[in-house]
Amino acid sequence: MEEIIISTLQRTLVAGTPLLLATTGEIICERSGILNLGVEGVMALGAVTAFIVTMTTGSPWLGVLAALIAGMVISIIHAVASVTLQANQVVSGLALTMLGLGLSGMVGKSYVGKPLTIKMEDVTIPFLSDIPFIGKAVFSQSPFFFLAVALALGAWFLLERTRLGIQIRSTGENPKATETQGVNVFLIRYLSVIIGGGFSALAGAHLSISYSKSWIEGMTAGRGWIAIALTIFALWNPGRAIWAAFLFGGIFVVQYLMQPLGISPNFLAMLPYIATLLILLLISLKDPRKLNAPAMLSTPYKRGER
Amino acid sequence: MIHITSTDRYRITRWRVVMTNILSLAAGLVVISFIFMIAGVNPLFAISEIFQGSFGSVYGFKETVTKAIPLILIGAGLTLAFRAKFWNIGAEGQLLMGAIFATWTGLTFGDTLPSWGIIPLMFAAGFLGGALWGIIPAILKIRYAINEVISTLMLNYICAHILTMLIVGPWKGGTRFGFPGTDTLPEAAILSVIPGSRIHYVTLILALACAAILTMIIYWTRFGYEARVVGENPEAGKYAGIDFLKTTLILMAISGGLAGMAGVGEVAGIHQYLGYPDSMSSGYGFTAIIVAWLAKLNPLYTVISGLFFAGILVGGDAIQISLGLPAATVNIVNGTLLIFLIMGDYFLNHKISITFSTP
Repeated sequence: MEEIIISTLQRTLVAGTPLLLATTGEIICERSGILNLGVEGVMALGAVTAFIVTMTTGSPWLGVLAALIAGMVISIIHAVASVTLQANQVVSGLALTMLGLGLSGMVGKSYVGKPLTIKMEDVTIPFLSDIPFIGKAVFSQSPFFFLAVALALGAWFLLERTRLGIQIRSTGENPKATETQGVNVFLIRYLSVIIGGGFSALAGAHLSISYSKSWIEGMTAGRGWIAIALTIFALWNPGRAIWAAFLFGGIFVVQYLMQPLGISPNFLAMLPYIATLLILLLISLKDPRKLNAPAMLSTPYKRGER
Repeated sequence: MIHITSTDRYRITRWRVVMTNILSLAAGLVVISFIFMIAGVNPLFAISEIFQGSFGSVYGFKETVTKAIPLILIGAGLTLAFRAKFWNIGAEGQLLMGAIFATWTGLTFGDTLPSWGIIPLMFAAGFLGGALWGIIPAILKIRYAINEVISTLMLNYICAHILTMLIVGPWKGGTRFGFPGTDTLPEAAILSVIPGSRIHYVTLILALACAAILTMIIYWTRFGYEARVVGENPEAGKYAGIDFLKTTLILMAISGGLAGMAGVGEVAGIHQYLGYPDSMSSGYGFTAIIVAWLAKLNPLYTVISGLFFAGILVGGDAIQISLGLPAATVNIVNGTLLIFLIMGDYFLNHKISITFSTP
């Protein structure tokens, strides 16, 4: 019994890690007023980049770094389109997803199905990992898990407690007033989109070099879209995103737990997507004014317009 | 010093729209060439192969028309939804639901009804399936304020799994030797094709008719006007007493329904049985988004843009074989062209002037 609880909790945290990374990135981006639907594509690109670099250099951390850079660079496209050229953010984000999925498929073609032998050592935190039950599951994990939680907490601190965070948030609420305060709204939005893209790519890196240790087209399996839903569920708050992401990680794990019960695997595979709709339904019962959505989300800002 | 100023353009001629679109596509092709070059493929050869493969031969052109059928049907429906700023990304699922409904109808009544009875029935069933799958996100958006981009996407995944569940389970055909998939549809339920091609002309005629009718609906009817107001000026719409739920339900029933009919064409005209979701639709629901956008949300123009992107799909298949490029290459082409199309809109709506001066 103890074994099952520990392994379930551990797998839940592993499955929730990419969701947390991507959700945190999307929160930063959306807080600045830009909707980025490119998460799924950037995640795939991050996954393939990390995989190839890790395999060729032998260093997973170089892989992570390469994924981060790739994710940030490709996100510039969305920033140019949606910030400078005031393009429709829904369509621009979709285009980014198509491009990301396409590029990753092309680049990764000759790597499909190859196993990654290089292992990322688990990080074990002394003393805390000795706590019965949860200790081993929570405090002896892949470095990505700790990175994701630290980045989410860091993002919370950034948004709520720093000057830059106030600038990001006010850019999403009222860009014109923010600009009159001497803040460069375009710069803030570029920055937020690019940081968000980097986070999505990290999520992909986790999938390919830590979670499944292989690359295959379509391995992101809609996680990028789920992250966009989790952004709403987390009420645009990185602190809440931690709980939201791991709750969802649990739903991914429930699939495997229920398989021996004889339920159709195709039905179980549907669960994360149904759950996504259900949590959005749940959140809609809340007073919309308390939802906390950035007021100017997905509205382009035109400089000098009265 | 170089000064770049941008001012709004108020009068936009049709000529300018066409030229901007062509220049955007050309710029997109330049970038795609660079990507090909980095991938070690001669870009001129690859791009000429794409257009040779799709428009350069009789066989290729027939295939292009075949693939344009679902793109026109779905793209036309999407123009209506996008005009109301309802971002229906779920055409893929709506197509599959249409295919599921049509397959059930075909397998159940195909042996008893003649062709002229069963085929209209299958299209009606497909429309119904797509429409039902399309109005779910409409209700979720208007009643529960759930973002339709996410709900339509989730419904894509859910529908694909429902389909798989059916074809590996209760609907698995006895003639498939244990492989997933339904039995082949009865003779009467299969759409006839133009000899020597795969063009199932009934669906083609339906697609052209739907594009024309939808254009009339959008520009000439009260409903079309209301749909545009819902998208462009919802505040005014509320003030004018437009029923948002009703308008959205109808437009999503149409948009989803047309995607469902595309599904009927694919299952009854091409495959003749219901198989895995990936083989039933090669991403038509997503490509149709670009089709609608290139048509400047005018259903009639989806006939042209649908043919163009069908050409890219067919040409993409051709270079996959001749140059050994992966299937994802089409995604790169599509994504890049879409990015350039929406970037081009800025230059359509703004006048950019660059002036030089000495400091």
